[in-house]
Parts: sequence; structure tokens; C-alpha cells
Amino acid sequence: MKISTPLTREIVSGLHAGDRVSISGRVLGARDAAHKKLAELLASGKGLPCELHGQVIYYVGPTPPRPGQAIGSAGPTTSSRMDEYTPALLEAGLRGTLGKGQRSERVVQACVKYQAVYFAAIGGIGAFLSRRITSARVIAYKELGTEALWEFQFDDFPAIVINDIYGEDWYRSQAGTGKDAAGTRQRRDSQ
Amino acid sequence: MKVIKSSQIRDAVSRLWGEANFELPGDIIDALRKASRTETSPAAREVIARIVENASIAARDRIPICQDTGVPIVFVRIGRDIRIEGNMVQAIARGVRQATKQEFLRASMVNDPIERVNTGDNTPPVIHVDSEPGSKLRILVAAKGAGSENMSAVKMLKPTEGEKEIMAFVLETVKAAGAKSCPPLVVGVGIGGTFEKAAMMAKLACLRPLNRDKSTGTTRFEQKLFGEINNLGIGPAGFGGKTTALAVNVERYGCHIASLPVAVALNCHAVRRKETVLQ
Repeated sequence: MKISTPLTREIVSGLHAGDRVSISGRVLGARDAAHKKLAELLASGKGLPCELHGQVIYYVGPTPPRPGQAIGSAGPTTSSRMDEYTPALLEAGLRGTLGKGQRSERVVQACVKYQAVYFAAIGGIGAFLSRRITSARVIAYKELGTEALWEFQFDDFPAIVINDIYGEDWYRSQAGTGKDAAGTRQRRDSQ
Repeated sequence: MKVIKSSQIRDAVSRLWGEANFELPGDIIDALRKASRTETSPAAREVIARIVENASIAARDRIPICQDTGVPIVFVRIGRDIRIEGNMVQAIARGVRQATKQEFLRASMVNDPIERVNTGDNTPPVIHVDSEPGSKLRILVAAKGAGSENMSAVKMLKPTEGEKEIMAFVLETVKAAGAKSCPPLVVGVGIGGTFEKAAMMAKLACLRPLNRDKSTGTTRFEQKLFGEINNLGIGPAGFGGKTTALAVNVERYGCHIASLPVAVALNCHAVRRKETVLQ
């Protein structure tokens, strides 16, 4: 399924755990250090360096580009390290997050509450994924190097929906460790 | 006495650390292809195909396999008939600095775990030195990603516990890592010794080549662990499937009557290691 950012309520309501998507359009980039700064700004009521409404944040710290390239290697980092900051960002209007690995229960619930989606990309294939990012620029926190706040242009970036706005979790249903794994699979099959 | 200049060590480390980040080892690619043939899930096969495609893009365009170009870990084995001219530790750091700049690697190291200022050049490397007979100097450079490093674990079991409890700890560690460690993994297990000896054995085990000859082939316990890990169903990228591990390597050592240390070192599918011998 092809989707474009910004994500609207209509787009996210059509996304279900397990759906394969290709994302195009403007996507923000941030990891640990930038999240800490954004969370501090939100907590103190100050303005953010970027608009969050309908946006997606990709958890990434790319390698520097070689001359003539838009970006270096750029695969997802582990999302759970951002878990403590994510609910506040979703409350502020963020509609999607993109990384790898499971999220905390709090984030899963926040995705339901604020109608947002968590996507995962395949980790460890940053060379491949860099070919789906056509531009990259730092919009804030340049001093953080790779950990800055980025703005990317995605072109058919492949990902999978892990947590949807209905509270489903695709990792759990796949690994069979979730309480309702069998139920999730049956419901999906009947769709 | 054979003399090796520190500048030779610097240049070797620089070359190996760059190459490790661009060239996925052949034994890993072979293991991925083999795993793909046993997978029945289309999602698992697709993930493996993407990993193999990524490796060829990385090697062709000299773009890192993974954006996390890793902690530089340098294992040096110094032949006892060698004299090193100059400062080896500084030379290794210079090699890392040189490749970071010349090969457009990511700066992923901070100066101090609490202050956390990025050093900008991937120093300090983690260095392990050992000696051996002869007049060779062996250097193994590993680029270790933090995603899998963060999920590695050490546990001090009771000496009355055994294979069953060791297996439970290994499975618990792999399960907790889930998709975070970028499966399919190479799992290194160190059993025995002491707290640090077990960790060191586990780390070396997860860097051991997979294509060992038959005489030193996998042990029964390794095969058992391999089977159990792949029954977890986590699969490539955590998207489900039979391939959660490409291999399980175990190292053992004698230990105290009161101890049973067990370490589990996880390596993501992007196993980045390169070796050379200076002589």
C-alpha cells in the first residue's frame, strides 16, 4: 500500500498491523539526544523547532554521505529507547513513528488514544534504505551530529505497520507471545 | 627479532575497519542463502533477500552495510618474537580516526559514559591484547552495532544448575531482544571461567567464522540451542519465521566450584569482522 505524508486521520484509520506500506513525502528524523531536547521543550511549554501535526518521525542516525549522494547509510534504530518520550509527542500531534523492535505498552496505548501508527523497517539494511531517501537536511541541533533533528524526503520507503490505532501489535502476533496472538491472526485472515 | 612499526598497525586497522563496514563476510552470506531455502514464510524470505541485496549495494558503492558503523573492537595477538616500534594503542586509535574520515563512517562514540560528548572520530576503540608463539601479529577488527550489543547479557548461575538452566537463560536473552537485535543473529555463548572471562568468550564466539571444518564442527549442545532458538518464531527482522539465528557458537572454560558464569553475546545479521596478519 502506498501512503504519503502528512498522515491524515483517514490514512491511519485504513492501516492495520501487518500491512506492508511504501512511504513517500516529508519525514522527520530524530533519535535519543534530539528526543530528549524535544521532550524538554514540550514539558516547559516552549515552541518546538518543527511542526508535528500529521508528521512521522524516523528513528535514525545516518552515516555522512559520500560526495554527490543525498544521504549515507540510513536504517532504523531501536525504537524502545524513545518510548518514554513518544506519548508526549503523539499528544502534540505526531501521527507516526518509524524504527525497529517492540514498543512499550504505554506507547501501544498512546497510538490508540492519539490515533497514531508505529511502523518498522528492516534493521541492518541501511545501504538499501538510503536509496529510498532522496534528500536530507538538518533542521535543528546540528551540534548533535548524526543525532540532530532531520528532515528527509522519502520515495517509496518500505515499512510494515506494527501498532495500529486499533491496539493490534504485529510483532506479538507473529512471535506468538501475545495473549491474543491467535485471535489477531484469525481476524486478519478473515479480512 | 622481527620489528613491526606502529604505522603498519595504524594502516591495517584503518583498512580493516573500513572494509568490515562495507563487506559482509562470505560465510554470513552463505548462511543467509541457506536459511532462505528453509523458510516457508514469504515475509522471512523477503527480509533475507533484502539483507543479501543490501550487502551487494554496500560492497559496490562503499556505503556502510548499516548506519550504525559500530564500536570499533580491535583484537590483537602479538607473536612473542616481535618488537613493536612506537605506541600500538595510539596507532590503533589513529587507524580508527583515519577510516572514519576517509570512508564517511558515522561518529558513534562518546568521550565518557556520563558526560556523553561525541568524539567525532569513533575513538576510543575497545582494544584486547593477547600473545602467541611466533613472529606474527594478528589483528581482528569488529564493528559492533549497539542494537545487539545492548541486548547481550551475563548471568551467574548456581554451580548445581546445568545445561537446562543455561539453555533457559540463552532463550530468555534472545526472546527479550526480539526484533531489537536485528535477527537473524549469530549467538555467542561463553560458559565458565569468571564474570569477565565468560563475556570475552561469548564475544569471541559470536565473531567466530561459521564455515568451520568438520573436525571441529558444532557440538550437540550448540545444535540443541540452535534448534530451540529457531523455534521461538521471532524470524528475520522479527517478522516471524524459522530463522532467528544463523548460528550458535559456544565456548567453555573451567571455573570455580561455587560458580557457573554464562554470557550471551548477540550479533545482528550484519556481522562485521575483518582479519589480517602482519609479519
